Amino acid sequence: MMIEIRFHGRGGQGAVTAANILAEGAFLEGKYVQAFPFFGVERRGAPVTAFTRIDEKPIRIKTQIYEPDVVVVLDPSLLDTVDVTAGLKEGGMVIVNTEKTKEEVLEKLKKKPAKLTLVDATTIALEILGLPITNTSILGAVAKATGIVKIESVEEAIKETFSGELGEKNAKAAREAFEKTVVYEL
Amino acid sequence: MPKKVISGNYAAAYAAKHARVEVVAAYPITPQTSIIEKIAEFIANGEVENLEYVPVESEHSAMAACIGASATGARTFTATSAQGLALMHEMLHWAAGARLPVVMVNVNRAMAPPWSVWDDQTDSLAQRDTGWLQFYAENNQEVYDGVLMAFKIGEHEKVNLPVMIIESAFILSHTYDVVDMLEQEEVDEFLPPRKPLYSLTDFDNPFSIGALGTPADYYEFRYKIAKAMEEAKKIIKEVGKEFGEKFGRDYSQMIELYKTDDADIVFMGMGSLMGTVKEAVEILRSEGYKVGAAKVRWFRPFPREELYELAKSVQGIAVLDRNFSFGQEGILFNEAKGVLYNTGAKPIMKNYIVGLGGRDLTVNDVRKIANNMKKIIEKGELDKEIDWYHLKR
Repeated sequence: MMIEIRFHGRGGQGAVTAANILAEGAFLEGKYVQAFPFFGVERRGAPVTAFTRIDEKPIRIKTQIYEPDVVVVLDPSLLDTVDVTAGLKEGGMVIVNTEKTKEEVLEKLKKKPAKLTLVDATTIALEILGLPITNTSILGAVAKATGIVKIESVEEAIKETFSGELGEKNAKAAREAFEKTVVYEL
Repeated sequence: MPKKVISGNYAAAYAAKHARVEVVAAYPITPQTSIIEKIAEFIANGEVENLEYVPVESEHSAMAACIGASATGARTFTATSAQGLALMHEMLHWAAGARLPVVMVNVNRAMAPPWSVWDDQTDSLAQRDTGWLQFYAENNQEVYDGVLMAFKIGEHEKVNLPVMIIESAFILSHTYDVVDMLEQEEVDEFLPPRKPLYSLTDFDNPFSIGALGTPADYYEFRYKIAKAMEEAKKIIKEVGKEFGEKFGRDYSQMIELYKTDDADIVFMGMGSLMGTVKEAVEILRSEGYKVGAAKVRWFRPFPREELYELAKSVQGIAVLDRNFSFGQEGILFNEAKGVLYNTGAKPIMKNYIVGLGGRDLTVNDVRKIANNMKKIIEKGELDKEIDWYHLKR
């Protein structure tokens, strides 16, 4: 079965890189993958969407993802302006980077997902990277909540993407997020 | 080389590297830029030997530099998109007229105005009559394979024409996908160094190119290009077959047929949208539709014979054009219909204008088109010939 993941971020937060690293991680496990951005007019801070598809067989479909299995929100402020659950499949999951509670987040979602996953990726990124760039830490939460890719594969894919110390730090951020992620069955 | 997850643009850059190109002259334009950036990176990292990168001030100059380089016998590569390709237009004629096998990747991008960076085939199709071969890639793998085959086909002594490998803006250029690349030794064996028919640096045999062609000669020059294009069909099939035998991916057909054997309705189109169409065909077949897909890989030379064979056996062809010729119709539709006029094959043909400027064609859209075609075939007449399918009403 193909799994379709949609990332919501803001320009500069690395949503596109997150989609690519997730694909690379799944690829390392022998899956077929596809990762791509929806390119608007790129500017820092503007809402950005990126997509990842993962399947056991080659992926032919070339459209954007309209009915995702998983939605990943890198920036909590997007919950106020973007309908992140648009098209979310029945039984689908939402993963949010936030310091808010389950109730506070649910209140902002237009559609109630089957699973809600919360992680304070910004704090983790600030502590480990010294920057509020959450694209690698949020992938720890994706690994934990979905099981579609192992955390070890995410770490490896991160180190392939960023070399040296930067790779080590980002992999650490993903691992830290993996440990701290909380999954709620709704 | 193991499989890698790379973008269509990186697939193009790696293919150029593996083809051991000797000269690259290019000017940046979205969404092509990451091709030439990657090539510049290969050079900066010392990963390539004997590759000269010529920075230029425009696409017109880029192609001019490629023409000069290719005329010395060098294997030459460039890349562009949309307005950049349009600016090159004059030089495209020069490359083909001088019989120089330059290879260029054009990332299909909609022409402005209004400004757009998204996918649309009108930029490359508007270069239809320049004498370049044109190959439309469905996915990143085909971008990689296409560039390698382009050198072999274009440089073939019976062809000697430039080749354009075309990929979709963002849908391929910036999408990461699994690409099975070849080992350098495999490429070297498949694609030996270029053997030019002539070289400007062969000082013992001086000659001139681009000289005056009087009415007594010009006509024959044109005929030779026409003949080389016809010959190219044979070479494309030979090279495509060899590629399949060596590397397991067959390109011997200029039109790739997908589940057309017992199909009543065939969707015909080019490029990345055909990936979605094939997916849709599989889904529609499970729902009982007798549909298939015909992906036109090579638009120049146009696969007349293969189209005729297909058209004999189907009731309807839905031509999906991600392009438009103002004052006429979709360009593939126009060509396909023209080819069949003097044959006995007369399937019902309808033109769906889809995806202009990057608008998505979804599986559900293909289902709607299938339903529309079914009705037309039952009735035996077209509701309309040209359907601006996505139009907001």
